Amino acid sequence: MTDQSPFVDIRHAQKSFGTLEVLKDISLQVQQGEIVAIIGPSGSGKSTLLRAINDLDPLTGGEVWLEDMQVNKALPHRQYEAHINKVRQQIGMVFQHFNLFPHLTVRGNITLAPRMLKGLSAEEADKLAEEQLAHVGLSDRIDYYPSQLSGGQKQRVAIARALAMQPKVMLFDEATSALDPELVEEVNLVMKRLAEAHMTMIIVTHEMGFAESVCDRVLFMDEGVVVEEGPPSVIFHNPQNERTRNFLRKHLADNNG
Amino acid sequence: MDFELMLRIYPFFLEAAWVTIQLSILTTILGLICGTLGAAARLSRFATLRFTGAAYVSIIRGTPALIQLFILYFGGPQVGIQLDAFEAGVIGLGVNIGAYMTETMRGAIISVDKGQREAARTLGMSQFQAFRRVILPQALRLMIRPLGVNINALIKGTALVAAISVVELTYTAQRYIGSTYKPFEMFLLSGVLYMVIIYVTGKGIAYLDQKVRLQ
Repeated sequence: MTDQSPFVDIRHAQKSFGTLEVLKDISLQVQQGEIVAIIGPSGSGKSTLLRAINDLDPLTGGEVWLEDMQVNKALPHRQYEAHINKVRQQIGMVFQHFNLFPHLTVRGNITLAPRMLKGLSAEEADKLAEEQLAHVGLSDRIDYYPSQLSGGQKQRVAIARALAMQPKVMLFDEATSALDPELVEEVNLVMKRLAEAHMTMIIVTHEMGFAESVCDRVLFMDEGVVVEEGPPSVIFHNPQNERTRNFLRKHLADNNG
Repeated sequence: MDFELMLRIYPFFLEAAWVTIQLSILTTILGLICGTLGAAARLSRFATLRFTGAAYVSIIRGTPALIQLFILYFGGPQVGIQLDAFEAGVIGLGVNIGAYMTETMRGAIISVDKGQREAARTLGMSQFQAFRRVILPQALRLMIRPLGVNINALIKGTALVAAISVVELTYTAQRYIGSTYKPFEMFLLSGVLYMVIIYVTGKGIAYLDQKVRLQ
């Protein structure tokens, strides 16, 4: 954790759809092992920023670096494809709607990419799946299909699937937003354990309590800019910016009925 | 109604039904090939291919299948395409139904949730790997029923090749009307046999769909 060159480095990220500017010159450096939460109202650009990190939503300007590798390199199509597939293997991503593969069992979901992309044998991949499922507490569900799982279980499998590629960074795009309230905690718990294991994590979330308890740093985004950033204690309890205060006040009011 | 005549004559209709079945099978195979190529073209990264696929679909769906058959069978020799009636029937109907199958397949592929592709790409799979291992297995399941609808239409559509003198069920009915003067019985016989073929095919497709359906 002493390495001070940023692990994930977003430089002057810009993104526009036609005349609509979604990201306006955002820079963000994340150190290895750091856990960063991005909060903000919907439409603030936080998901777009997260999805730019693995070039799922390519930027229209700026650069994204993972260690000494530029993610969004301008390359001819075929070279770009080869490059981005390598890069993405090192960046795990968890989606709001899980996106498990419904035609595969839990085992198949976890083993597919490691077998295809890392050349693992069936036995090696099986062992990997068992390990990863043990981490998320779902060892007994290995032969279930996604449709036989609850939302919380699905998301835990999705996390296990991402971790099976042994990524350097994990991106969470509102991982608990689609879950029933009583299922949120089991997913948060898995994420907390990842945090304790010093996984580098960038988390887009609406769960302020979770962000506060897990993250090292919080970014508040609004209208395509980072309005305020700092440690959770400051952002949540002593925000300096009027927009941050308004957002948190409204958010609290909404969530307490 | 002359049941005795129908009983006497039905073996000839069974033979004709076999021709209809052969036509249907070959047309289905050709249709699936054309549909696969058409869908691949329609979904291609290259604009020229997308345009070609779209042109194929709109030309075929924009003109009567009968005219297409006539162009191929009667017009073909003029431009050096010599086909016998059966060949012209299979090619004409196959290329025709292929346009409908193009749209069925394309529809199934694009209706797979886009999060599936994203999840696969995020893990590091290439476009092709994601398509083959994640999108296609789901799309195949989605396309069985609608392809069944195409095949149902195709079987009935084989009646058109009577117009270019392929001796299948419809042509056979017309032929025996000439000697028996009993159009009701003759068309009824061929109609019943069409229904049997379609019923069995429909059951087969429903079984297949059931087998591979996602829970």
